[in-house]
Amino acid sequence: MDTLIAQLQRQFRDYTISLYHQGFLDDQFTELKKLQDECSPDFVAEVVTLFFEDCEKLISNMARALDQTGNVDFKLVGSSVHQLKGSSSSVGAKRVKGLCITLKECCDSQNYEGCVRCLQQVDIEYKTLKAKLQDLFNLEQQIVQAGGRIPQVDI
Amino acid sequence: MVMETESKFHVLAVDDSLFDRKMIERLLQKSSCQVTTVDSGSKALEFLGLRVDDNNPNALSTSPQIHQEVEINLIITDYCMPGMTGYDLLKKVKESAALRSIPVVIMSSENVPARISRCLEEGAEEFFLKPVKLADLTKLKPHMMKTKLKNESEKPVAIEEIVVSKPEIEKEEASSVIEILPLHQELEPMLSSNKRKAMEEVISTDRSRPKYNDITTSV
Repeated sequence: MDTLIAQLQRQFRDYTISLYHQGFLDDQFTELKKLQDECSPDFVAEVVTLFFEDCEKLISNMARALDQTGNVDFKLVGSSVHQLKGSSSSVGAKRVKGLCITLKECCDSQNYEGCVRCLQQVDIEYKTLKAKLQDLFNLEQQIVQAGGRIPQVDI
Repeated sequence: MVMETESKFHVLAVDDSLFDRKMIERLLQKSSCQVTTVDSGSKALEFLGLRVDDNNPNALSTSPQIHQEVEINLIITDYCMPGMTGYDLLKKVKESAALRSIPVVIMSSENVPARISRCLEEGAEEFFLKPVKLADLTKLKPHMMKTKLKNESEKPVAIEEIVVSKPEIEKEEASSVIEILPLHQELEPMLSSNKRKAMEEVISTDRSRPKYNDITTSV
């Protein structure tokens, strides 16, 4: 008979694995977890929060720049996407990073339509990831509240 | 305890991105380093005790009061920063008599071979591609040990740690042979030129303070 903790731990393990297999996360996320310990118990959550704040700010900057029809500052878009690519890479946000690479290419070739389309996708993708990681953190909390340990998941 | 903090390496991390500063800080802390982060090259130089003249950024003078009270064992800096790039910072550090012995490591999110070789030629010890991983930081210890040893050699050395030299073993046969020095000789000369290589090999294989018990080491 499965205890509540065991059930939650299994859910957590399965969900984590699916996030990697579906390409939402890559092994840089695993690296992030290595940095979390008793000295810095909320490190992953803090970094991930910073990342999503970055997403919001940079996407908004790029949208505004692309809105100036006829006078688009592609340099600004380029530097913003460069930053976003960097932080998504550091966090292990695989899909977001991939879209940033495409967006950067559109920007470099001053492909306005491409940029607009890509930016929309980046926006959707980061929000999707945000929701999924929120679910994952909630599972962690449930495990801890039930008195259990968060399992180490080897991908 | 005083000894505890003195034996930790102190790294100065330079990056204009808050996110990246947070990452590198945690990475370094996890590698048992003390960390100071700054968001620009000019702030880094200020911290290190070099005064930057705003009117003439190329003129640097050593700030009279700061005698580098904080001992920095390594500078790790982002390459792409507004104003002073990591490369500019590297150059300024290597041009300064007071600072040039501090090892500098460059980080970049872009893999540009020309950039990498330019930095290494200018004296950077390592070039890390971002995202930097914990495993990358293990490469830093040998570089930081060099400065630690250099600084510690200027203090009186504990007698038990040096073995009296045996006359037969005078020559440096291969780079893996460690030269045993008589008690009165300073360690400082040992760290120069071709003896440095031998020292480096000792340091990188044995992270603790080298003990000259063995005459030869096989690397």
